[in-house]
Amino acid sequence: MFNPTYIADIQHLETQESMSADLTGAEITVRCLQEEGVEHIFGYPGGAVLFLYDELFKQDKVRHILVRHEQAAVHAADGYARSSNKVGVALVTSGPGVTNAVTGIATAYMDSIPLVIISGQVPTHAIGLDAFQEVDTVGITRPCVKHNFLVKDVAELAVTIKKAFYIASTGRPGPVLVDIPKDVSQQKTKFVYPERVTMRSYNPNIRGHAGQIKKAVQLILEARRPMIYTGGGVILSDAASRLTELVRLLRFPCTNTLMGLGGYPATDRQFVGMLGMHGTYEANMAMQHCDVLVAVGARFDDRVIGNPKHFYNPDRKIIHIDIDPSSISKRVKVDVPIVGNVPDVLDELIKLLELRKEKPDQSALDAWWAQIDSWRERDCLRYDRTSAIIKPQMVVETLYKVTNGDAFITSDVGQHQMWAAQFYKFDLPRRWINSGGLGTMGFGLPSAMGVQMANPGAHVACITGEASIQMCIQELSTCKQYHLPLKIINLNNRYMGMVRQWQEFFHGNRYAESYMDALPDFVKLAESYGHVGMRIEQPGDVEAALQEAFKLKGRLVFMDFVTDQTENVFPMVPGGKGLSEMILV
Amino acid sequence: MRHIISLLMENEAGALSRVAGLFSSRGYNIESLTVAATEDSTLSRMTLVTTGSDDVIEQITKQLNKLIEVVKVVDLSEGNHIERELMLIKVRAVDHDREEIKRMADIFRGRIIDVTDKSYTIELTGTGSKLDAFIEAMNHTTILETVRTGASGIGRGERILKV
Repeated sequence: MFNPTYIADIQHLETQESMSADLTGAEITVRCLQEEGVEHIFGYPGGAVLFLYDELFKQDKVRHILVRHEQAAVHAADGYARSSNKVGVALVTSGPGVTNAVTGIATAYMDSIPLVIISGQVPTHAIGLDAFQEVDTVGITRPCVKHNFLVKDVAELAVTIKKAFYIASTGRPGPVLVDIPKDVSQQKTKFVYPERVTMRSYNPNIRGHAGQIKKAVQLILEARRPMIYTGGGVILSDAASRLTELVRLLRFPCTNTLMGLGGYPATDRQFVGMLGMHGTYEANMAMQHCDVLVAVGARFDDRVIGNPKHFYNPDRKIIHIDIDPSSISKRVKVDVPIVGNVPDVLDELIKLLELRKEKPDQSALDAWWAQIDSWRERDCLRYDRTSAIIKPQMVVETLYKVTNGDAFITSDVGQHQMWAAQFYKFDLPRRWINSGGLGTMGFGLPSAMGVQMANPGAHVACITGEASIQMCIQELSTCKQYHLPLKIINLNNRYMGMVRQWQEFFHGNRYAESYMDALPDFVKLAESYGHVGMRIEQPGDVEAALQEAFKLKGRLVFMDFVTDQTENVFPMVPGGKGLSEMILV
Repeated sequence: MRHIISLLMENEAGALSRVAGLFSSRGYNIESLTVAATEDSTLSRMTLVTTGSDDVIEQITKQLNKLIEVVKVVDLSEGNHIERELMLIKVRAVDHDREEIKRMADIFRGRIIDVTDKSYTIELTGTGSKLDAFIEAMNHTTILETVRTGASGIGRGERILKV
């Protein structure tokens, strides 16, 4: 069963011979990162990675960002990757370094984010002996990585790191972990970094089936009530411009999932808003009542379509484009599955549609748009704009206005996340950074650090709440060290707002443990970390405060907005219900 | 419905636990699992017996294919195939039972591979139901120990699973 000498079909094509002297595993690791063009890595040192840190110290091509907790290292690498389409890299030590990183790794896995995590491990001779700071890293992370490796022989180190970058960034992306025992980082061998790597068991480049694409075109042309529904796959595969071309060519309505926002310009008339549990009335109604649904890089998850039994509609045909075959027909049976790389499949669709020169029935489409416009008139996102207490929605809207819709926005998890998604109109992909799948509180601040590193000079704001922000608040120290001028928008309602909302709706107003007591003075807290703190209590002060914060270039500003405690996120599809069974404001 | 799934995967440390982990984390049934290296020592061949609706089996094969170390997956139950399981069974064999057990082993085309004055160890191959039938037939005597391998399967005729 175990054959440690096995190496997958590696083609050492035009391999680069380096200096003839042998290098240590630690030197090799750093050289590999340089060869991959890695500019930033996020990490935290410890015993098992001391040789690696020693090599990082001796060079200046790869810049190390020292976080204050390993969870933040992975979230930062994640934000870096999401906002740049580069592979994010994190470096952690063995044992608690790894277990702290697990939340970050699982977050990236659920959202298919390309990361390489390098972890230290106890020396090979100590593995399995309950050594100090030993955990079964490969075992612990197995269910939440795309793949992982334990490198037991320095001769396999370079090729393993090459494979890690290759696997992380191709196909449906995801985090890959490379576990390096301390003695392997000391052992020496000749350094050869393969230019390319192929693996017989992993062939991620799939072309969409031509016959299926033809069938899809036929269905699209016959549609009378069409809908285009797109997810994170469009963002990850950089297919936003092609998607926009297709949607405009067809004049179909388009909705994005939480992960897919920015895939289609939110300010465009054909955009009907986000769908799902907190999607717009018009998006959810159109999803439920369309006759042809084109799903692109989306996975019909429970927060998007609710209960599949209620979602089922015998009159609706579904076309599903995704690079991962296991995403197709997982929760919802589809009629025309197309497994392939989203931008390539969209190109083929556009080409075929242009060749056919036919159009779907335009009068039927006009009637469908009239129906959608009548749903729009419900104005499902309305809120009290005359309130004497700050409404959280108003803060997000004002932020949108102040930043001209051009900022990178990260968020934590909860009500503020939904308001950010509903009220900040993302016209571009990779601007909206949030933990959609795992729903990780604590993601917002560290991921914003990664976003700012990848996009120096850009406006980066973290929309958060007083509960989420406290889960990784220590990173204010990292922000000070690296002069990261983030703007933190704390929507402080003194509650875990989403938990409170569910308790109000479904648990008889019994607010069990959801009240945030003993809150710190966030202004003083920010100041103690060397940042600027602001507390905003009046609706009339919101815009001026935001203007002032963004004028403070080069400074992190922590803005503590005292918001309405009783505000709820609407619309809402209760768990287990169908999309059209929304609770409306 | 019962399915027998065969797969080829890289003969690497941890590959087996990825398959086992997949089944437990996604809540799939696993009735038996056998694995060993093939004539190509870089490859392992695994045979899995599982049950589930068509939708579940479709997800199982897709998820197996998604594992980085899995090279090929085939659902043998989709076509003609042969499956065999090996059983070693140790029974108490004294007095007049010795003849009877020997006869029964012959009927089932089993072989007695170890003998003491109080016991026989019988080797038997066949489908799972044949092995079940043998155990049933042995019920009148004392079964001391049984060891079963789980099913191995191969396609009939020209149907092969190879890289």
